Amino acid sequence: MAANAFERAAPPGAITHPPSSSDYLVDRGFRLLAVCGASLIILLCAYILWKIGGQALPAIYNHHLGFLTSTNWNVQEAKFGILPEIWGTLYSSLLALLIGGFFGLTVAIFLTQDFLPPKVALVFRTIIDMLAAIPSVVFGLWGIFVVIPAIRPIANWLNETLGWIPFFGTSLSGPGLLPAALVLAIMILPTVAAISQDALHLVPYRTKEAAYGMGTTHWEAILKVMVPTAAGGIASAMVLGFGRALGETMALAMLIGNSNQINLSLFAPAQTLASLLASHFPEAGQVEVQALMYAALVLLAITLVVNMMGTAILTFAQRRISGRS
Amino acid sequence: MTEQATIAAIAPVGGASSAPDLRRSFTERRALRSVILTAGAWIAAAIASVPLFSVLYMLIVQGGSRLSLDLLTELPPAGFELGGGFGNAIVGTLVMVAIAAVISIPIGVLAATYLAELDPDGRLASGARFLAKVLTGFPSILAGVFVYAILVLAMGSYSAWAGGISLAVLMLPTVVLTAEEAMKTVPRRMKDAALGMGCTRTQMIWKIVLPTALPGILTGVMLGVARVAGESAPLLFTALFSNYWLSSLREPTASLSILIYNFSSMPFDNQIELAWAASLVLVLIVLVFNILSRILGRSKI
Repeated sequence: MAANAFERAAPPGAITHPPSSSDYLVDRGFRLLAVCGASLIILLCAYILWKIGGQALPAIYNHHLGFLTSTNWNVQEAKFGILPEIWGTLYSSLLALLIGGFFGLTVAIFLTQDFLPPKVALVFRTIIDMLAAIPSVVFGLWGIFVVIPAIRPIANWLNETLGWIPFFGTSLSGPGLLPAALVLAIMILPTVAAISQDALHLVPYRTKEAAYGMGTTHWEAILKVMVPTAAGGIASAMVLGFGRALGETMALAMLIGNSNQINLSLFAPAQTLASLLASHFPEAGQVEVQALMYAALVLLAITLVVNMMGTAILTFAQRRISGRS
Repeated sequence: MTEQATIAAIAPVGGASSAPDLRRSFTERRALRSVILTAGAWIAAAIASVPLFSVLYMLIVQGGSRLSLDLLTELPPAGFELGGGFGNAIVGTLVMVAIAAVISIPIGVLAATYLAELDPDGRLASGARFLAKVLTGFPSILAGVFVYAILVLAMGSYSAWAGGISLAVLMLPTVVLTAEEAMKTVPRRMKDAALGMGCTRTQMIWKIVLPTALPGILTGVMLGVARVAGESAPLLFTALFSNYWLSSLREPTASLSILIYNFSSMPFDNQIELAWAASLVLVLIVLVFNILSRILGRSKI
């Protein structure tokens, strides 16, 4: 092999030596491998889309877009529709976002805005992060034996006294939308809290000092200066939390009651796209599997759009803040 | 805010003639609102930490009461049977997590070196980084659906391989993104020094970047392991479940999370108790990896 320019220039018998030809070869090879690694991520995403889409193709051909607006799931007649699942997915995730988003943002403010000494705040942050470490299925088990018994008396009392309000229209007999949404809220809280904290940390301290200098109170500085400045990051926290809620499976499959219906009541059993997959897939025949693949494709499309939005907002917000300071 | 408005905001009402009173009064509306909001934040933070303690309490009381050595060595009981354990499920979970780690760590670290070192701002790197971030929010059940479509249908059977690969899909983005962050924290001047000595970029990466960033990379790996060890949705129709000991990687395999899911809906007290005990074991496994990642992450450069 021809020696490279460094090798030609090296004096004979020197202790140090320039990269040999084989070093260059290894370098080439390794860089090629690294390119493969990075491309693999992109290929994986494309392959997931292609494979699930391909499996769903027969069902798309059979059911067209009527699949999205039909409320029927009948294996015998091969009639499938996922409107109740789309409704249940959005309804439970929005409820979870409402509760989890509020508490997550409050916790983030509480931990970053000088309410606690830094060391105590770190301990508290670890506690909230630990919530994210508890497996979904354990939350499901906890929901069945703790949350449902705890809220059933309240739910049934609300149904008896305020039953004319559609939200309290049915009684809570066991699994239902509200316990599922509550557990879902707990599961997205760490996501929302962590990303919001990072967003609030990014705001330069002198911004807050400037607000204090203008004579604001502690909370005026938080609500009128800090939160609006970090709004981009907080918005992405909400969107990504929502995305997490949309795709959450096990806890919902255990708590939501798996009932194919559209009901405004918080206490009625419902069904989500993910829990439909979890409960029907293992025993499905070929035709039903195709319909389930179609449902999976819809879930994939919804979560992809939501997550891409969240990631894009986050990237944009981080760039804007770090560009300004 | 204009200058005048600012002064009006600081000065108490009626301070036109005398000097403004700068003392803070707690009965003033703005100060009162601040105090009330602070109290609200304390209460909300307290409420937010209740679920964790409730879960831990239930795990220790319900699961701890049943914990014994038999649980770890015996097979799951059938319907009315008493006793039993979930040794095969622990083995299954560990084996599938190991498969996931073996697949996703090399690919993840390779991809991360490209993203962090070789061409951080290139089009391939930006695309891969964006998709990795999107993949972190990928619903875990869809990883199961995907692997069902590519492996279970092809092999004609549920298997530990399929379960492990679906977990690898979920673990990959965590490994890539944390490893990239870790490599970015290696100081520029160390890399420049290596290149200035005549290292090729590969030598620079292997001798400088990877050893220096190792704690951070391990943190990411541990986080990834902790994340997938508790997953159950992707295993539902890739690994399925089995009531027997793992004998081959090409057969349906038991896992702790699926055992909890199956037993939670059974009407027998024995199974419910086992589900709680399995939850305790599962949470302990996840916490061990989580704590490991924290310990490793603390020894930063």
